[in-house]
Amino acid sequence: MSNSEPNSEPNAEPIIVLKDVDKFFGDFQALKKINLTVKKGERIVVCGPSGSGKSTMIRCINRLEQHNAGQITVAGHVLTDQIKDIDAVRREVGMVFQNFNLFPHLSVIDNLMLAPRLVRNTGKIEAREKAMSLLERVRIPEQADKYPSQLSGGQQQRVAIARALCMNPEIMLFDEPTSALDPEMISEVLEVMTDLAQDGMTMICVTHEMGFARSVADEVVFMDEGEIVERNNPENFFNNPQHQRTKLFLSQILAH
Amino acid sequence: MTPVLESLTLIIESVPQILMGFGLTLQLLFLSGILGLILAILLLLMRISGSAYLSAPAMVYIYVFRGTPILVQIFIIYHGLAQFEAIRESIFWAILREPFGCGVLALTLNTGAYVSEILRGGVLGVERGLLEAGAALGLSKRHRFIHITTPIAVRLAIPAYSNDVISLMKSTALVSTITLLDMMGYARIVYAETYAPYEVFTSLMVIYLLMTWIIQRAFGLFERRMSRHIRQ
Ligand SMILES: Nc1ncnc2c1ncn2[C@@H]1O[C@H](COP(=O)(O)OP(=O)(O)OP(=O)(O)O)[C@@H](O)[C@H]1O
Ligand SMILES: [Mg+2]
Repeated sequence: MSNSEPNSEPNAEPIIVLKDVDKFFGDFQALKKINLTVKKGERIVVCGPSGSGKSTMIRCINRLEQHNAGQITVAGHVLTDQIKDIDAVRREVGMVFQNFNLFPHLSVIDNLMLAPRLVRNTGKIEAREKAMSLLERVRIPEQADKYPSQLSGGQQQRVAIARALCMNPEIMLFDEPTSALDPEMISEVLEVMTDLAQDGMTMICVTHEMGFARSVADEVVFMDEGEIVERNNPENFFNNPQHQRTKLFLSQILAH
Repeated sequence: MTPVLESLTLIIESVPQILMGFGLTLQLLFLSGILGLILAILLLLMRISGSAYLSAPAMVYIYVFRGTPILVQIFIIYHGLAQFEAIRESIFWAILREPFGCGVLALTLNTGAYVSEILRGGVLGVERGLLEAGAALGLSKRHRFIHITTPIAVRLAIPAYSNDVISLMKSTALVSTITLLDMMGYARIVYAETYAPYEVFTSLMVIYLLMTWIIQRAFGLFERRMSRHIRQ
């Protein structure tokens, strides 16, 4: 696959802005003065060693974690303690987790319909149609009436992507969506993500799938010890890393 | 008649007499089971409310009622409360004057404490990731509780809850100590008439065992229904 054209216009407006964001867990500082701007339609891949703060950073963006200092703006909303309706922001931000987190007591179709029905008050028929069309998009319409435990990992993750898309989010966050999958299932999930990227979705993906980063990302962000060490386009990031820590990380990850 | 045959005859003959108390045993079981469940849900909501003003009283309540013998609780409610003029003059006196009301109240208060802890165990057993997924979809706290936490917690709590219903059923026998004629009460009458404790109480035991079997079976079916998504 060739490098796709950048989605975002050069002067597209920023849709996510992190400014000097700090995050502490007790005394431990997980994020240190993080600055990150993502424009509408941009596709960002985040990588870095375990414990470097990748999950923490994207979880701050939909406020599953609350940052302690700095400012986060998402789709025009500033995330503060006073924020009245965090749920309104979350509706605009879809999230896909490493271990899928499908609701085990609901069938696939009900997993997809739950949030639109409750949060957007969508009618049953409309919600079902939307859910079915998204299941077709992730290529598993035939699994609609099964329960999550009856699906393979790759199928479950595709359902989880479809579930997030049901809310028509403007932004999608992925936290290592393929790390829990058997190798033979990784590509089916990456294909769905690539489709999504080509449709112009704003995406932040934490992943170590470097092939995906090369072919899909507009920018690659490298984190280490709670800091963003380097941000560059894939071409430069892989061929011409600027920092020693980036070089070390790349040599480790490309070694296998 | 041989002694064995005689015993068997007595055991069988006691059954219809003991069953005269079956209705009352069932009433005690169902009333305090349902009221206790409602109380347990209230206590649970207080405990997980996140407010110390709500959770602390609930914790004290649960501690007291789980930490003392139910027989003592029955006696305090039946014999003790009547001492207080304020209670005799309150609207609750209509219930507390009757041993039946006292029995239901004591069993309710007791089972409510146990069941709220069982339900809390279920709630704590719900994976955090599922609630995060709900939050990430924009579901409000209330929606998450109703549509994610509750169904999963209920399934997790069924085995422990069914044990508690069986305990409650057995505890109903204690109300015979405050003059109520449940199955135990009738068994004691039959025993006083026949002086055949072994036969009469064997008969009673068999009836309780049958009830236990029915309860277990009912909850087993319920659990299977609630777990249908887990089987392939
Ligand atoms: N809830 C928490 N409480 C305490 N410490 C936490 C918590 N969540 C994360 N941390 C710590 O913060 C640091 C960053 O964690 P984070 O999960 O963001 O790392 P990561 O880059 O996503 O790593 P991985 O690749 O293993 O997923 C780690 O040292 C982790 O132990
Ligand atoms: Mg992580």
